[in-house]
Amino acid sequence: MRAAVIQFPGSNCDYDVLYVLNKQLGIKADLVWHRYFRHNNYDFAILPGGFSYGDYLRAGAIAAQSPAMRELKEMVNEGKAVLGICNGFQILVESGILPGALLMNDCLTFVCKWVTLQVSSNKSSATTLIQKDKILRMPVAHSEGRYVNEKHGIKELYENEQIIFKYVCNSTDDFNPNGSMENIAGICNLERNVVGLMPHPERASESAISPQCSNDGLMIFESMIEYSKK
Amino acid sequence: MPNYLVEVIIENKKLAKDPEGETIYRELINKSGYDEILSVRSGKYLRLNVNAQSKNDAEKIVYKMCNDLRIYNPVVHSCKIVAKGNIE
Repeated sequence: MRAAVIQFPGSNCDYDVLYVLNKQLGIKADLVWHRYFRHNNYDFAILPGGFSYGDYLRAGAIAAQSPAMRELKEMVNEGKAVLGICNGFQILVESGILPGALLMNDCLTFVCKWVTLQVSSNKSSATTLIQKDKILRMPVAHSEGRYVNEKHGIKELYENEQIIFKYVCNSTDDFNPNGSMENIAGICNLERNVVGLMPHPERASESAISPQCSNDGLMIFESMIEYSKK
Repeated sequence: MPNYLVEVIIENKKLAKDPEGETIYRELINKSGYDEILSVRSGKYLRLNVNAQSKNDAEKIVYKMCNDLRIYNPVVHSCKIVAKGNIE
């Protein structure tokens, strides 16, 4: 099994994802510069977090038009698993692979903190090994993570069980870090092979560097591997 | 062929809250006593120099470009395209 971690100019969580896949899970994963990405070479792909093209126009809007995304769409159509983390999620939304939009946080600032998530559905490539309703701890780090969709778009997400992760209350703190509609932290496409989420599972994959010894993020990558075995 | 100045104004639709516009209004305009100003919506502005046969054509080219390249996200944004006239 081989995975691609696609690098855009400005990606900065790429090495973290690579470390999790290569060192922690023993998967052959390549760091692939976006221009050289060819979908035939890989079983699944991850769009890592960070920035892309300075996030000019809107976060992910320029990367969404790149030839790498045309390749990625082929991969999506073949039913292979794709995960977009943070900026990767923004790219998936801007390319129209996932519905809706990710806008400036309600608080108008960059938010960097640990959040509590609930797995709203385990019917997706990123949650196939996780129990429904399970609570996960992971950090977020973004300025544009407020998920917005039209009324009928939100209705469709519920009807098709496309909401995969939700921010949930764990303390008295504001639990929704960006003002996302319906506390949405991550969604999938109708075919359920593409998942995007704002929190960073790669930063919550090794308990030694997690404030609460959480390695909850690892389950997301393990799920992708399991899904790709089918 | 003449060149035309074309303006593209991208704004959040009503369904998408505009915290930037709200903050500018609440913390600056309203607190400074400009009671006549009732609300603010912030947005993004692009000014394009377009080579076209006519003003109408210039708008059409920009309209196509904005949709092809998703200059705005149609789910949450409205996009206004206005050709301002010939640039000498």
